[in-house]
Amino acid sequence: MSATTTDPPVAAPAPAGTETMTYREALRLAMRQEMERDGRVFVMGEEVGLFDGSYKVTAGLLEDFGPDRVRDTPISEEGFLGAGVGAAMLGERPIVEVMTLNFVLVAMDQVINHAAKVGAMFGGEVRCPLVIRTPNGAGNQLTAQHSQSFDGWFAGTPGLKVVAPANPADAKGLLKAAIRDDDPVLVIENLPIYKEKGEVELDPELITPIGLAALAREGSDLTVVSHSFATVRALRVAEKLAAEHGVSLEVVDLRSLRPLDVETVAASVAKTNRAICVEEGWPTYGVTAELAARIQYACFDDLDAPVERVGMAEVPLPYAKELELAAMPTEGRIEAAILRQLELAP
Amino acid sequence: MTITASDPKLIGLYGSMALIRAFEEEAERQYKAARIGGYCHLSSGQEAATVGTVEALAEEDLLVTGYRCHGFALARGVPAEAVMAELYGRRDGCAHGRGGSMHLLDVSRGYYGGWGIVGGQLPIATGMALSLVRREAPQAVLCELGDGAVNMGAWHESLNLAAVWRLPVVFLVINNLYGMGTSVERASAEPDLFKRAGSYRMTGERVDGDDLEAVIEASSRLLEEARSERRPAVLEAVTYRYRGHSVADAGLAYRTREEIEEHRQVDPLERTRTLLRGHGVSAEEIEAADRDAAATVLRATEFAESNPAPDVDRLATGVYAPGSDAQFERMMPGSPFGERELVFGGGLGR
Repeated sequence: MSATTTDPPVAAPAPAGTETMTYREALRLAMRQEMERDGRVFVMGEEVGLFDGSYKVTAGLLEDFGPDRVRDTPISEEGFLGAGVGAAMLGERPIVEVMTLNFVLVAMDQVINHAAKVGAMFGGEVRCPLVIRTPNGAGNQLTAQHSQSFDGWFAGTPGLKVVAPANPADAKGLLKAAIRDDDPVLVIENLPIYKEKGEVELDPELITPIGLAALAREGSDLTVVSHSFATVRALRVAEKLAAEHGVSLEVVDLRSLRPLDVETVAASVAKTNRAICVEEGWPTYGVTAELAARIQYACFDDLDAPVERVGMAEVPLPYAKELELAAMPTEGRIEAAILRQLELAP
Repeated sequence: MTITASDPKLIGLYGSMALIRAFEEEAERQYKAARIGGYCHLSSGQEAATVGTVEALAEEDLLVTGYRCHGFALARGVPAEAVMAELYGRRDGCAHGRGGSMHLLDVSRGYYGGWGIVGGQLPIATGMALSLVRREAPQAVLCELGDGAVNMGAWHESLNLAAVWRLPVVFLVINNLYGMGTSVERASAEPDLFKRAGSYRMTGERVDGDDLEAVIEASSRLLEEARSERRPAVLEAVTYRYRGHSVADAGLAYRTREEIEEHRQVDPLERTRTLLRGHGVSAEEIEAADRDAAATVLRATEFAESNPAPDVDRLATGVYAPGSDAQFERMMPGSPFGERELVFGGGLGR
């Protein structure tokens, strides 16, 4: 895989105020600020240095921080992700970039059996403050091996923390929080959002707390619970349905998957009495399955309808554009589920 | 390092070997009496390879091992009480009853585990060596693995990274001839395991792992090259394990009693006693070292038996770093049993 887009480099950050930037630039700003703040922070991964990053997230960092702190690795995910675990155990703050979430699978032993176990298995005697950054996201005809969302696998693993920002402000805030956190944090980025723009606070001390969802849109008729690109889609659907049907959707953007902010979800469902959970992964045993279980338990008396889920069709993603689209949790599919639940459509 | 007759270290090293032998025999007894659970991998027969390589470590060097780790922990100076208490799953075990036999550690002695997935510790040791380089620390990492680990992808990836980045790490292959029940010849296309280092333009050496002096000499030299020249290396120490893969394995399905007996005839403890006598150490001194070892194991077992169980209400302590509980506070609504009662009910470190 290779990048298709390049952004201009981020200008030297002003001490305060906000700036409009892409999600990719916000991630870069977070790394730049944290590397300036803390000498223990370094980045390593495939093509992060000379190549400027497979998706250009690390563009320019090599020039500013040198090859020790922006370390190119061979194609060797188990090796360099595990090296991140070891360095973190000695108190460093490694940021390991894995080219896509799909490639984390060849390093899964290091993530699940090692990074996630360090704190508990050794009785709290040593910690693993590792950050793993990696994008996922379907929709570019990348086909079966490059289009998968395994968010739920990681979020279901005690010992890991998992965040998945949906906009540039949270991309910066959550990555900074992850770097400062004393536990292994998986930061799930998203290919289609890399180029999305938004306002980002430049203050280097501002972080987005881990474990806190955001009310991305206030509404009263139905709650959509989502994360990452599904939140972008949900917000688009909310605008459309408000205009076309006068429907008032509330959108809860989870931001963190583990810890999971069920309080914000439950408070919203208690208000709207209806919930649709959306994810880009396969819903069976997925993030939405977990949400549905917790919502029915926490909001049993509040619900006017069963909790509904929208996710990827349960097939390995095919290549042909028509087939790929038919599998994805598109805005059309989210809209249809909402209208059905509100009894505005069959 | 050369040991001389006047070197008082030699009797101490023998004492360490005797302690490991006595400890493993006691661990087997207690496992069979169901006071120790889980898996229990013993290292009887491998004492010279264990004690010799740990002796070559400087105080500031780091040690990472696989799961056959009782001997390495003891050789590195982890108190036998803390090791036995961990095997018993007690509060004051070195991992506070969270790790057991395979996950011993002692950060204060630079011992970073005790890892249970074959080969999984290699990338971690490599990353520790990378960290030493980043900090310009004149230290090295000794990463122990078994002969079975050399056919894992993690072995290849770690050796390649260590060589391409010039990291101060020595990969110590304890070749006890069998990965579980599969002999090296049946498992490895190149059974001269040390030769594989050449694929990474790395020094590879084989040493008689039952010859204490030879082990100390080779490992001291390779660790010094790692420290001073950032030259990683592979050291293959050929030895033999007397017991099965774990206590549950009789160890006879894949080898004969005669073969085991043959190896017992060249026992590393006996070889070291011969070495001691050659250096003029008296039989009384050797017997005293044996008695000390037995007494230490007895104390360790008594300690483990009287040490309390870990506090069940603190089940989830250590899973996340102190201070994480605030991040998890909003997860409570709708949480299932276990998470609600045990994790949120104080276990996360409240």
